[in-house]
Amino acid sequence: MTTTAPVAVKSRALDRALTGGLGGLLGGGFTGFVLRRVLGAVVTLFVLSAVIYAVFYVAPGDVAQITCGPRCSPAQVQQVSEQLKLDDPIYVRYLDFLRGVLVGQDYSTGTGVLHCDAPCLGLSYRTDQQVTELILNKVPVTGSLAIGAMVLWLILGVGTGVLSAWRRGRLTERVLTAVTLAGTATPVFVIGLLLMILVCGRLQWLPFPQYVPFTDDPQQWAWNLLLPWVSLALIEAAKYARLTRSSMLETLAEDHVRTFRAYGIRERSIVGRHALRGALAPVVALSANDFGSMFGGALLTETLFGLPGLGRELVQAVRVVDLPVVVGMVLVTGFFVVLANAVADVLYAVADRRVVLS
Amino acid sequence: MSEALLASEIPGAGATAAPAPASGARQFWRRLHTQRAALVAAAVVALLVLVALAAPLFTALEGQDPTSYHPGLVDSARGGVPVGPLGGISSEHWLGVEPQTGRDLFARLVYGARVSLGVALAATLLQIAIGVTVGLACGLGGRRLDQSLSRATDVMVALPLMVLALALLAVVPGGFPRPVLVALVIGFVGWGGVAKVVRARAISLKSLDHVAAARLSGWGGVRIARRELLPALAAPVITYAALLVPGNITVEAALSFLGVGVKPPTASWGQMLTSADVWYQAAPQYLLLPAAALFVTVLALTVLGDGVRTALDPRAASRLRIGTGRKREDGA
Amino acid sequence: MSLVRVEDLSVGFGAVRAVDSVSFTLAPGAALGLVGESGSGKSTVAAALLGLHRDTGARVTGSVRVGGVDVAAAGDDELRRLRGGVAAMVFQDPLSALDPYFAVGDQIAEVYRAHSGASRRAARARAVDVLGRVGIPDAARRARSRPHEFSGGMRQRALIAMALACEPDLLIADEPTTALDVTVQAQILDLLHALREETGMGLLLVTHDVGVAAESVDDVLVMRDGRVVERGGVAQVLGAPRDAYTRELLSAVPRVDGVRGGPSGSGDVEGAVGDVVVEAEGLRRVFGRGRRAFAAVDGVSLTVRAGETLGVVGESGSGKTTLGRMLVGLLEPTSGKLRHGGAEKSGKGVVPGVQMVFQDPVSSLNPRRSVGESIADPLRARGDRDEDAIRARVRDLMARVGLDPAHYGRYPHEFSGGQRQRVGIARALAANPRLIVCDEPVSALDVTTQAQVTALLAELQRELGLALVFVAHDLAVVRQVSDRVAVMRNGRIVEQGTVDEVYGSPQDPYTRQLLAAVPALDPAVAAERRAARAAGAHAVREDGGAAGKELAAA
Repeated sequence: MTTTAPVAVKSRALDRALTGGLGGLLGGGFTGFVLRRVLGAVVTLFVLSAVIYAVFYVAPGDVAQITCGPRCSPAQVQQVSEQLKLDDPIYVRYLDFLRGVLVGQDYSTGTGVLHCDAPCLGLSYRTDQQVTELILNKVPVTGSLAIGAMVLWLILGVGTGVLSAWRRGRLTERVLTAVTLAGTATPVFVIGLLLMILVCGRLQWLPFPQYVPFTDDPQQWAWNLLLPWVSLALIEAAKYARLTRSSMLETLAEDHVRTFRAYGIRERSIVGRHALRGALAPVVALSANDFGSMFGGALLTETLFGLPGLGRELVQAVRVVDLPVVVGMVLVTGFFVVLANAVADVLYAVADRRVVLS
Repeated sequence: MSEALLASEIPGAGATAAPAPASGARQFWRRLHTQRAALVAAAVVALLVLVALAAPLFTALEGQDPTSYHPGLVDSARGGVPVGPLGGISSEHWLGVEPQTGRDLFARLVYGARVSLGVALAATLLQIAIGVTVGLACGLGGRRLDQSLSRATDVMVALPLMVLALALLAVVPGGFPRPVLVALVIGFVGWGGVAKVVRARAISLKSLDHVAAARLSGWGGVRIARRELLPALAAPVITYAALLVPGNITVEAALSFLGVGVKPPTASWGQMLTSADVWYQAAPQYLLLPAAALFVTVLALTVLGDGVRTALDPRAASRLRIGTGRKREDGA
Repeated sequence: MSLVRVEDLSVGFGAVRAVDSVSFTLAPGAALGLVGESGSGKSTVAAALLGLHRDTGARVTGSVRVGGVDVAAAGDDELRRLRGGVAAMVFQDPLSALDPYFAVGDQIAEVYRAHSGASRRAARARAVDVLGRVGIPDAARRARSRPHEFSGGMRQRALIAMALACEPDLLIADEPTTALDVTVQAQILDLLHALREETGMGLLLVTHDVGVAAESVDDVLVMRDGRVVERGGVAQVLGAPRDAYTRELLSAVPRVDGVRGGPSGSGDVEGAVGDVVVEAEGLRRVFGRGRRAFAAVDGVSLTVRAGETLGVVGESGSGKTTLGRMLVGLLEPTSGKLRHGGAEKSGKGVVPGVQMVFQDPVSSLNPRRSVGESIADPLRARGDRDEDAIRARVRDLMARVGLDPAHYGRYPHEFSGGQRQRVGIARALAANPRLIVCDEPVSALDVTTQAQVTALLAELQRELGLALVFVAHDLAVVRQVSDRVAVMRNGRIVEQGTVDEVYGSPQDPYTRQLLAAVPALDPAVAAERRAARAAGAHAVREDGGAAGKELAAA
C-alpha cells in the first residue's frame, strides 16, 4: 500500500474499532461489509452524541448564567436553571435528549407547554423555535453552496493534480505547484473578500450574492451563488490538487509502474490509468469528509457572502450562546460526516473489493 | 478535513517505518540546505518571529501603540473614514489608521503577528502534546485502551475543526485572556491527526526487531519506550508540527474573522478583516495589509513545512528512480 | 544473427559504476544466466536490454542490440515495440509488479492491446489463453481476479503470462523465484523450462542463486562489481570454475545433498550434547479471534540440549518464526508447556539466559545508537554500572565475533549486512545465554557472507557449549549448521530427527517434496530431478495459500 493509505483508512477506522468484535457475527462478503459499516456508523453516532453532549453541557462554564446573560440576578439564573432541568444529573438529561431525538419531547415554559417533534434536538433558548426545524430550513442554502462548489473543486483540483503529475519535472508542474501552494496559503475569506470587492464592487459583473431558492428562479440561484462557489472551490481545489499529485507520484514510484514501462505502455496511459486509479482512494475519502463537513456550514463563505445557511446560523448561535442550537448543529454536522464517510466507503468498496477483504 | 491531507504527506504514516539514519540531525540540515525555497521561507519566518517578539520595539520606534483611539484622525461625519489621503498615512502613522477608531494600523499589524504566531505555536504545542500522549497510549497500551482511545481520536478527526472550535468558544468561561483561550480551544480540538500518526508509527516501530532485542536484554517498558521508540517518533512529529502551524494560523484568523476568536482591543489579522470590505475604497490598506500578512505567513510556513518534510523523508530523494532488483547486503 | 548483442556496456549512477564494460551475445532460443551477488550489476544489465535506464539519470555507454534494434538509438515508439514485443521481462516480486487495482486479465490485455492493436474482446480472450498456458486453473474466471487474490506462485505465473502475451523472442527474468518458497520456485522454473521448449524463445535469467541457474540455463556469466569474471557453459563453470571468485562463490554455497561442509557443526552429535536447555510440549499459538482465528503454531513439542543445534525448517506460513519467538518469550503461547533448564516457564515475558539473533540486519539494530551501546544493553540491563568493565567486555565480544573493537562508537548504517549480523550475535552473547534462537539469521545475506556467519555461529557454539535453534527456510543452510532438524508445515512438525535421517531418508512426503524442489548445482542432476518432478506433478499442486498468513499475524 502507499502511504496515502491513512487517508482511505481514516474514514474506515472511524467505525472499524467499534465493530471489530461484531465482524464475525455479521459474516464476510459484501453484504456483511455493508452491514458492518452501517452498524459502525450508528455506534459512532451514539458515542459522538454522548461526547458532544457531555462536553457542551458539563465542561466549562455555568450554562444557566451564560444563557441568562451577564446581567441576570441570582434568582433569575436559578429560574433558568430549573427550566432547563440543569439540576438533573447529566446522564438523565442526556437520556432525555436521546428520547427527544427518537420520539419527541414536551417542554414546559413559564406560560405553557411547547412540543418538539420527533427528531427533537431541543428548543432554541432565545426564540423557543425547534432546533431541528431551524436547521432544516437552512439545509437548502448550504446544500446549494456545497454541491456547486464541490463539483467545481473536484474538476479543478483533480484536473490540476493529474496535469502536474503527468508533466512532472517540467515547467507546467512548477507553475501549477506554485499556484496550488498560493491557493493553500490563502484563507477562503481573503480570496472571497477580494473577489467580491473586485467582481461585485469594481467591475459589477455579478450581484453581491443574495440567496435565491432554486425553486424560485434557478438562473438567479446559480448567478448569485457563482461567486461563493468559485471562492470556495479555488481554495479547496488547491488542497485536492496537492493530494492528487502526491498520491499519483507515490503510485508512479511503485514497482508495478515499472512493469508497465517495461512492457511498452505509453506514459499517458500509465499516468491516466494506473497512477490516477491509485489516487482515487484518498480523493474519495477526502471528498466524503469534506462534503459531510460542509453541513457544519461553510462557516466563512456563508458569513462573508451573507448566505443564510447552516454556517451562518451556527456563528450567530455561538455569538449569542444559544446552546441547543450550537449542540444541535455540531451533532448534525457529525451525523453528515459519519454518513458521508459510510456512503463513500460502501461506494469505494464496490470499486475495490480488497476493502471488503481487509 | 486538513488532517486527511496532512496524514497523506507524513513520511511513514503508513504501515512501514523506515529507520532513519543515525546522523539524522546533520543530514536533516544538509537536505534542508539544498532546498532554496525552504531556505527563503525559513528566512521569512525568522523575520516574522522577530517582528512578533520585537513588536513593542517597532511601535516605540513609530511612537504609537496598538490600542489608543485617535478620534481626531477619523471623519465621524462620513462614518469614520480616516482623515487624509491614503487612509491617513502620515509620518506619525506609517500605514495610516484604522477606520472608525483611528487606532494605528502599523502597530496593530505588528502586534497582530504576535497573536497569529503565538496562538498558532501554542496551539500546535498543545496538539502535539495531546496527540503524542494519546497516540503512544494507543500504540503501546493494551487492546482495550487502544480501542477506546482510537475511537475518541476518530471522532475528533471526523468532526470539522472549525465547527468544533467555534462551538467550544461559545461555552468557555470569559475570564481568560482571549488569545490564550483560542490557543487552548484549537489545541484541544485539533490533536486527532497527530495521535493517529503517532499511533501508527508506534505500532510499526514496536514490531521492529531492535525493540524485541531490547526486551530480550531485560529492559522494562519505560526504558524501551524512551530509548527505542521516542527518538524514532521525532521525525514524523516534527514534520506534522511543521505542517500544523500554518493551518492553525488560518484557523485563528478565521475564528477572529467570525468575531469569536481574538476580540478587540487585541489586534489580530483575521479580526482586522472582519469589516475591511466596508472601507476598501477609502483605506484599501486596511484590507490588503492583514490579508497580505496572513498570506505571506501561511505561505512561508507551508513552504518551510514542505521543506522540513522533504528533508526528513529519506524517500524524497530517491523517488521516481527506477529500482532494478533486490537490494542484498554485501559481504561482511 | 544473435538475438542479443551487448558490447562494452557500462552503466553509471552518479559516482558509482554499476556495470563496467560487459559484453555478451545470446543466440535465438538460447538461455543465458547472469549470476552474481548483490551489487554485481546483474540486474542493471538486464534493465539496459529494455532501455529502462533512459531518463533516469544513469549514464549508459556501449552498445546494446536486442532483436536487431539498437536500444540506445531507438526512438520512443521503437523502444515501446521492443519492450514486451521483442523482449519481455519478469520481475522478482510478483505482488508489487502487478497493479493492485486492476484485474490480472485486464492488465495482460492492456499490454497485448498496446502491441497488437487488437480489440478489447480479443485482448481479453488472449489474456485468458496465456493464463491457461502458464497453468492457472479456470483461467477465464481467474482472469477477473485482482493480484492480491492470487498466491505468490500464481502471481508469478500471471507475470509470465503477461510476458507470453505478445510472443516475444526473449524472456528476461530478473530473480523470478527469489520471493517464492522452494516448492513454488521449482514449479516456476519447470514452467519456464517447458515454455521455452514450446515456444523456442530465448531466456536471460538474472539470479543470485547458483542452483537456480544450474537448473535453467545453458551458459552463465558470473559477475562481480559490475564486471564479468567468468563465462562459459553452465556445467563447465559450475563444475570446474577457473576464476578464484567463482570458486569462492561455489564453495560458499551450502549443499543440501553434500557432506556437511566447511568449519561448521560439531559433527559429533553424541559427544558434544549436554543437559536439556529448553523443552517445549504441545506449544500452540493462535492469532486472531472468532472466525479469523488460526493457529500459527499448532502443538509443537521439541527438546534442545546444550551444545547442539536444532534446525527448524519450513516454508513461509509454516509457523517457524512464531515458534522461535515463543521459545525466547517474545510471544506467549496460547497453550502448551515451556521449560527452560528444567524449570517451568512462569508468568509472561522474556526468559533470562535466552537470546535471539534476528533476520533483518537493518531493523534489528537501533539506528540511533552506536553498536557498542547496543551490545552493552544486556550488561546494563542486568545492573552492571562499572563503565570501564562494560566497555572492556563489549570490546572483547566485538573482537570475538570478528569486528574491530575500535568501532564501538560507530552506528549501524556504517556497517555491512554481515557485520550487522555479527553485532547482533555479540549482543546476544553479552547476556551469557544458554540458548540462542537464530531466526533466519543469514537469509538476507549474500552467499559468501552467509558462510562466514554460519561458521561463526558454529565456532561460538563449540566454544561456549551453546544450544542453538536455527530457524530457516533454506534447507541447505539448515543441513549445514544443524545436528537435528525439525520440518514444519502449517504449524506442526511433520518430521524430526538427526540431519542424516531427515535428509538421507526422509519419511514424510512433504519433506521429500521439499528436498526434491531444492535446485541442484549439477545440471545433469537438475534435469533428472525435473523429470522426476514432472512425473510426480500430478500428486501435488502448488500450495501458496498459507503463504503470508504468518506475516499478517506477526
